[in-house]
Amino acid sequence: MPVARTALGTGFAAGALALLTSCSMLTGADDGTVELTFWSWAPGIEEVVQIWNEANPDIQVTVSDQGAGEEVVTKLLTASQAGHPPDLVQAEYQALTTLAARDTVADLSAYTTEAEEAFHQSEWSQVTMGTDSVYAIPQDSGPMMLYYRSDLFDEFGLKVPQTWEEFAEVGRQVRDEHPGHHITSFSSTDPGWFAGLAQQAGATWWNTRGDAWEVSVDDEPTLRVAEFWGELVEEDVVSGRPMYTPEWNAALNDGSLLTWPSAIWAPGVLSGNAEDTAGDWSMAPLPQWEEGERTTGNWGGSATAVATGTSHEEAATQFAIWLNTSPEATEALVLRSGIYPAATEAKEELAVSRPPEFFAHQEDFYEQAAQISEGAASVTWGPNVNITYSSYEDAFAAAISDGTPFTEAITTMHTDTLSDMENKGFSLTS
Amino acid sequence: MSPARAPSGRLAARLVPYGFLAPAIVLSGLLILLPIAYTLYLSVRRIEVFGLGLGAEGRRESFTGLSNYQSAVTDPELWAGTLRIGIYGLMVVPLMLGLALVFALVLDHHRVRFRQVSRIVIFLPYAVPAVIATLLWGFLYLPEVSPFHQTLEALGLPSVDLMGQETVFVALTNIAVWGGTGFNMLVLYTNLRAISSDLYEAARIDGASELQIALRIKLPVLTPALIMTALFSMISTLQVFSEPVTLSPLSNAVSTTWSPLMKVYRDAFVRDDIHLAAATSVIIAVITLALSYAFLRLVQSRAFAQEER
Repeated sequence: MPVARTALGTGFAAGALALLTSCSMLTGADDGTVELTFWSWAPGIEEVVQIWNEANPDIQVTVSDQGAGEEVVTKLLTASQAGHPPDLVQAEYQALTTLAARDTVADLSAYTTEAEEAFHQSEWSQVTMGTDSVYAIPQDSGPMMLYYRSDLFDEFGLKVPQTWEEFAEVGRQVRDEHPGHHITSFSSTDPGWFAGLAQQAGATWWNTRGDAWEVSVDDEPTLRVAEFWGELVEEDVVSGRPMYTPEWNAALNDGSLLTWPSAIWAPGVLSGNAEDTAGDWSMAPLPQWEEGERTTGNWGGSATAVATGTSHEEAATQFAIWLNTSPEATEALVLRSGIYPAATEAKEELAVSRPPEFFAHQEDFYEQAAQISEGAASVTWGPNVNITYSSYEDAFAAAISDGTPFTEAITTMHTDTLSDMENKGFSLTS
Repeated sequence: MSPARAPSGRLAARLVPYGFLAPAIVLSGLLILLPIAYTLYLSVRRIEVFGLGLGAEGRRESFTGLSNYQSAVTDPELWAGTLRIGIYGLMVVPLMLGLALVFALVLDHHRVRFRQVSRIVIFLPYAVPAVIATLLWGFLYLPEVSPFHQTLEALGLPSVDLMGQETVFVALTNIAVWGGTGFNMLVLYTNLRAISSDLYEAARIDGASELQIALRIKLPVLTPALIMTALFSMISTLQVFSEPVTLSPLSNAVSTTWSPLMKVYRDAFVRDDIHLAAATSVIIAVITLALSYAFLRLVQSRAFAQEER
């Protein structure tokens, strides 16, 4: 017994020691070196950060992968409440307002006058929400485009649709002539996808007017998009099954889905989920609502934010600006993390580079992408996108399985969003 | 290994029991009572936002009385979810316990062969975590990837989409029954093994058939165990979460508020409203307690008749 107890005691002591050491590591060394932690889920980000660490011995950044998307938002909110946030965090644009609303990300406007020049207006507006504050530095964007099975389009004699009207016609042709195939699927589990399509049509779900929010999730463009897809799903031109399921993966592989309106990062998904279809896919601009237009929306995209709790706000901001505007960092991000950079210069640089491997046959992939991304609609995200998105999932799942109009689902989304803001006490204008 | 010194004096003697109780009291206080108290505290508070709600001055937590309870109770989704798990429970509990009972009785039959192997095979699904079981079944349900659908189609037979709005109840029931029968079977079977074989011998000498032995001896002896397993199954039905959550992103049939606990999860972690989630949790806990109590009262006479006799 005494032996066991001693061993146990030693174990505890060692554990306590380890805890103490890790605590002192977190607070930074005493020699004036600033140590920053950076939550990011971008693959290969460590190698990009390494470049900075080598060039800046007095500001050392450590990367920590705390999960992606919504998960990291929940963690950041919790960490901030507990008083131990990281110094820097990667956040998706639509979550940024929520984070700012919870006072978890710092206003960087004191340091960003120069950095602003590096970005196109539509990218920059996503981090300012139309205010004078700057809540993050844009990192990557997700301009939407149409991916289609060029092999099957050739085989079936289909024309790549330029407008949504043509898209519907091609869809009907596929349904009538090639049973078992659908032109694409409408996913009730991907609100960000629908948000991008609505942006393309000109939707503005949130806006700030002075000191009040203007909410219109049910605006004209959104209803138009919903009605369009609702009819196609009802006619069984478009499948109503969600994306990112085993079924959807199978459909990407066997060609039963002919197109995927997606974003610039799609090649990564396609090569991961449908490896054997390499060379079968091509990319084109998203179909337009009016002929000759060149607009698109964003699906995804993220920014680097500085947490309010950090004691090194300026150093952290310096790093965030370097990461997303300097040529060596953006180049490494493209190469190592496979992102599509938000900075204008980096996009131009990329436009003349080789296409992604999965699209090796489409030489001008990035050149086209750069042109497409110029037409990206600017967007202001509201402070409760989480409510709107969660409402989307249930409202559209119900609409698809019950066969009720999609426009009703939009009304539900709008009511849910608005009543949540009313309940919480946000200032609203109509 | 020196023996503990005998406590000297009356005070020490009176403190000893408390010393033994202390770990349990401290642990249950810290890990059960404190979280319950904190949940109650959270449930009467809310976040108030000012202006645009941006920055440090944008929000404040304040006392709100019972308003969270009011919004929880008036949300039709909570009651729709309750109705759904009610239907689900009516399908799962009788089927699962019925199967468990039949298996237990069959395994207990003195002439059954391969008893060991059968018992393990029936029990095995219980060892598969719910999330993994649901993913496996999910693959088998989705028409485009399911070998069942493909086989039925190849044979020219009609197939049912188990991921439809109504059929999904069958899909979920199947997962629960598949996973839960083994555990309940084991509980019942263990109880059966405890019956003295004298009873059976006496019955056989009196000319009772095997069926009569099962119905007249085994079943009455099993009643307390059946009631206990029914109670546990009822409670786990009220708390069903992992299975529908895992099926939800695979189809349009399972909404993110399909069961009441899913709604709590969504409110807390997707909609970031921990206060409403706390209030809903309290309501669910109260309903669970009330139902368990009512059920026990209802069956009490039968459940404990054995001991009283």
